[in-house]
Amino acid sequence: MSTRHTRLSGLEPLVITPDLLFVNVGERTNVTGSAQFRKLIKEDRYEEAVDVARQQVASGAQIIDVNMDEGLIDSEAAMTRFLNLIAAEPDIARVPVMVDSSKWTVLEAGLRCLQGKGIVNSISMKEGEELFLEHARKVQQYGAAVVVMAFDEQGQADTCERKVEICSRAYALLTEQLDFPPEDIVFDPNIFAIATGIEEHNNYAVDFIEATRELKRRFPLSHISGGVSNVSFSFRGNNTVREAIHSVFLYHAIKAGMDMGIVNAGALMIYDDVPAELRERVEDVVLNRRPDATERLLEIADNYKARKGEVVVENLAWREKPVRERLSHALVHGIDAFVDADTEEARQLATRPLDVIEGPLMDGMNVVGDLFGAGKMFLPQVVKSARVMKKAVAYLLPYIEEEKARTGDVGKNNGTIVMATVKGDVHDIGKNIVGVVLRCNNFDVIDLGVMVPAQKILDAAREHNADLIGLSGLITPSLEEMSHVAREMQRQEFSIPLLIGGATTSRAHTALKIDPHYKAPTVWVKDASRAVGVAQSLVSKDLVDAFMAKVRADYEEVRERHRNRGPGKSLVPLEKARAQRYTCDWAGYAPPQPRQPGVTVFDAYDLAELREYIDWTPFFQAWELAGRYPAILKDEIVGTQASELFRDAQAMLDRIVAERWLTARAVIGFWRAAQVGDDTEVYGEDGRKLAVLRHLRQQADKPADRPDFSLGDFIAPKEAGKQDWVGAFAVTAGIGIEEHVARFEAAHDDYSSILLKALADRLAEAFAERMHQRVRREFWGYAPDEALDNEALIDEKYRGIRPAPGYPACPDHTEKSTLFKLLDATANAGIELTEGYAMYPTAAVSGWYFSHPDSQYFVVGRLTREQVEDYAKRKGWTREEAERWLAPNLDYDPD
Amino acid sequence: MSALPWLHPDRVALLEAALRERILILDGGMGTMLQGHRLEEEGFRGERFVEGRDHAHEAHHDHPGCDLKGNNDLLTLTQPAIIRGVHEAYLEAGADLVETNTFNSTRISQADYHLEHLAHELNLEGARLARAACDAWTAKTPEQPRFVIGVLGPTSRTASLSPDVNDPGFRNVTFEELAANYTEAAAGLVDGGADLIMVETIFDTLNAKAALFAISELFRERGARLPVMISGTITDRSGRTLSGQTAEAFYYSVAHARPLSVGLNCALGAADLRPHVQTLAQVAGCFVSTHPNAGLPNAFGEYDETPEQMAAVIGGFARDGLLNLVGGCCGTTPAHIKAIAEAVRDCAPRALPSLDDAEAA
Repeated sequence: MSTRHTRLSGLEPLVITPDLLFVNVGERTNVTGSAQFRKLIKEDRYEEAVDVARQQVASGAQIIDVNMDEGLIDSEAAMTRFLNLIAAEPDIARVPVMVDSSKWTVLEAGLRCLQGKGIVNSISMKEGEELFLEHARKVQQYGAAVVVMAFDEQGQADTCERKVEICSRAYALLTEQLDFPPEDIVFDPNIFAIATGIEEHNNYAVDFIEATRELKRRFPLSHISGGVSNVSFSFRGNNTVREAIHSVFLYHAIKAGMDMGIVNAGALMIYDDVPAELRERVEDVVLNRRPDATERLLEIADNYKARKGEVVVENLAWREKPVRERLSHALVHGIDAFVDADTEEARQLATRPLDVIEGPLMDGMNVVGDLFGAGKMFLPQVVKSARVMKKAVAYLLPYIEEEKARTGDVGKNNGTIVMATVKGDVHDIGKNIVGVVLRCNNFDVIDLGVMVPAQKILDAAREHNADLIGLSGLITPSLEEMSHVAREMQRQEFSIPLLIGGATTSRAHTALKIDPHYKAPTVWVKDASRAVGVAQSLVSKDLVDAFMAKVRADYEEVRERHRNRGPGKSLVPLEKARAQRYTCDWAGYAPPQPRQPGVTVFDAYDLAELREYIDWTPFFQAWELAGRYPAILKDEIVGTQASELFRDAQAMLDRIVAERWLTARAVIGFWRAAQVGDDTEVYGEDGRKLAVLRHLRQQADKPADRPDFSLGDFIAPKEAGKQDWVGAFAVTAGIGIEEHVARFEAAHDDYSSILLKALADRLAEAFAERMHQRVRREFWGYAPDEALDNEALIDEKYRGIRPAPGYPACPDHTEKSTLFKLLDATANAGIELTEGYAMYPTAAVSGWYFSHPDSQYFVVGRLTREQVEDYAKRKGWTREEAERWLAPNLDYDPD
Repeated sequence: MSALPWLHPDRVALLEAALRERILILDGGMGTMLQGHRLEEEGFRGERFVEGRDHAHEAHHDHPGCDLKGNNDLLTLTQPAIIRGVHEAYLEAGADLVETNTFNSTRISQADYHLEHLAHELNLEGARLARAACDAWTAKTPEQPRFVIGVLGPTSRTASLSPDVNDPGFRNVTFEELAANYTEAAAGLVDGGADLIMVETIFDTLNAKAALFAISELFRERGARLPVMISGTITDRSGRTLSGQTAEAFYYSVAHARPLSVGLNCALGAADLRPHVQTLAQVAGCFVSTHPNAGLPNAFGEYDETPEQMAAVIGGFARDGLLNLVGGCCGTTPAHIKAIAEAVRDCAPRALPSLDDAEAA
């Protein structure tokens, strides 16, 4: 009988053998137990909900419990959707799922989504034996194990005798009438709250533990489980005491035979780590050892509420350890204060300076890499770790050079990657993060910077004998440039893998537009956290074939789907879309006249004012921390990291403002304008035509009452005879940033360098927001009484819009040249345009102002060849030029 | 499920006796054999479907018709002699079990040809054809009884994978739809006289679980059951099914059906399948099968492994005690099956784990 184990599966097997001792079932993906998860599901934020599951698995959950029982949620639909979503995440789907509901229909919906063998939680004899057996038989047909709750027609069992009696009856029914495998039965003998002040509750934990002991004796092949956090429910708000209760309770229950439990994986305290005084009093309560146990625990409970200050004690302790461990500690915790001294000490102990890097430093970085890979560390911490590493390496460098000169010996690494932001693009935050993460994993990173032409990238790859090339870009024209680099690599007979990354890149674009041009591996990298895995797979002889087979199959599927894609939502002819333009009663419309027409320039705008307008959510996104500000600071998973990052950001902002690290400049302007066809004509004071703004029109097949928008629709048509206006702006908060970036880079401080760039971006966005507000209130002045707080501003609850060329309402980046000419933005605000129409400094925002009360943001979306040809004619382009600039929007294959 | 009685207890007894005694031989690929006949559109259509639609089906009279070339399962109705001929060729080569020509005989798969309504008929007739061939050979060689495996294929859709890269939660088929498809198909196989049901070429275990669910419901309804074979597909050298499972996880996901055998087929050649067959041989409480392709396809999509090459690799499996049933999938021919049969003839079958551990029927 000894090999008759419970055998469950997700993508991978989970065999419950006695040496597992205790199976952790992750509890945070449960709407009844986690307020945070409930909120995410209710607000339809499934992506973040999926992250909760990922975090549970990363923290050691061997099974995840999923519960969607909430009155206001369509539980069956939510269960199906969530399980389908996590099925697509191999790092989650590898573990089995426990489908948790009190409703059979929800359980069944869940079972229909599980390819692996999961567990149903739960069924019981609450509604009689017949229904119990009916459900158990179905569970068997669906191929799952089952949790049987100690619940019968009389109610939920609270005493040891009742628990044992009900579970035994259920066991007999299952095994005798259905031949249900005993190893697929899990009993839940009900964990209830103790220390509630009600005397009858005092023995609940003992009842559970004793029932467990008896059930395990009677049914050794089956399992005993329960929802552990119930037991400490009366100590809500005091997590230290709650965790101590869980720890003590589990210690005794596991000894009695409990071998599975629904717990907050990752938050379990080790029994021995519970302070002695607390442990004793908790034990009195759990084991019901004295009548005043509850009062005695309450007496001391407040002393154990989490306090600050304890951390400090620990901070000093690690300095006592041997140097190897100190370096590892410094790397994992990102502490650079002692790095030079520790590195020197390690160097003196080592035979060669290189041994310090290849020994203690790489060991420490491997720990960092593992923790990051397992989701136990987050990006900001990794970047800080890299800073420590870089400083240590910088310290050693002179010694290494000296050694090299003497022996000619060079160190070995994982591989060399040449990275660049492609020609025409200047965005590099993401690329820098990837560079840091790869360096942490012992890749030699040759970073060529921004706006790098294809040939320079290829020459550098040859010169450094690179193993990989990585391209990055943020604006859409960069996509075309990446295809170009791929074609050049093929033509020049390169055979090293090409990595593609950046916000506008995608799997689909890589599969359709880049991969076909280059025969060697071409791989899209979703974000920094995937970069290491991809790079390592590509340089490993053992992994590369299997990895590329998967990638290629994946891309082939994308292409296949693209070829076979049906007509999709069909577009309407341009004429029809134009007939369905937005319009209003122009005759009765009075366009607001700007109070300050012409161009206005702002030099050295007050940064202290701008910082109040920062939208922080995208800042955290840049660091791959998911969640909305300010809730993210208290997030269960990333809250600590987010708070630390936020503190660092605030401290740096203080200095940016006080020491004037950055200069903010802006220019705005308003001109007379009229809608002509799909375009907007712009006139000077004298009525002379200054420019024509070219707009694209939606061609979606919409009901007659919903317009196909073009930006020009929000300006009064010429024939209406009204005097309407259009505005434009260009703002930057990045003047002077280079000096500080250079300073940080010289100090090997990528963390501060990336932090500064990210803050400059945020200040520029805040500047655009603030300027728009002042335009509405003062300079155009059509909403002088508007009073909105920052949140309302972020939610765009005001009149008028400020669309930017290159974004969905006006996807053509080249329109920026008209905008810059009208504003003379380079002279007036110090912002330059690259040949790819990216702005430099990168911390810059530009766009148009529309004041019409109905003006709104929209997505132009896909365009027919007819409109592209028409647009080309208006822009004075050939069709091919138009297709190149509008590539992401084409509804057809131009080739 | 407390065990239902066997629908054909005497045949199951013969089968189990044979399995205890030796490694049984499955047949080989159908597609390769049909290619030899070079059938064109009109060959596929036959008389009944001469205009690309079904004359015997009233609702089809207004249908414009469509190309039917490539619908191999339809040949059961339009070219029964050819299909019977393939079965005979494999039986002659030494196969103990032949698979019905019903890989795509589900509503979902036949929808590509607007022939959904044929699902039951294709399975019924497919089973009858194989039945007739097996009965004829059992009469010829009574010492070697022959068995009909009713085949349930994967369908063209996957229940646990999204076909839309932008929406990983999307599905184009549900568990219920698949179960309904498989119930109909399995009923046809049972009615046509199949001795066993095999759920095979499993890319996505959730599809297979829907098939197993449907089969168990059908058996309950009929009050009797057939032995069930289950065969998954490791799609590439990553060692996983298309839906991402390892061989071991795959087995645990389907073991509840208490199959007669579990195994792997298709996608890879025998050599690449070996580590995964080995895994199954270690963990499975039931018999273990495999029917690999004749190597990996070459640039023209053809399979190059010769009967001798394939038999040499599989002989190694057998000598190491990994196998109970073995045959071929894409690219294999009667010559391959003959060579394999010879290669494993003197090898003992894999022993089942002791009764305490067994999850077999």
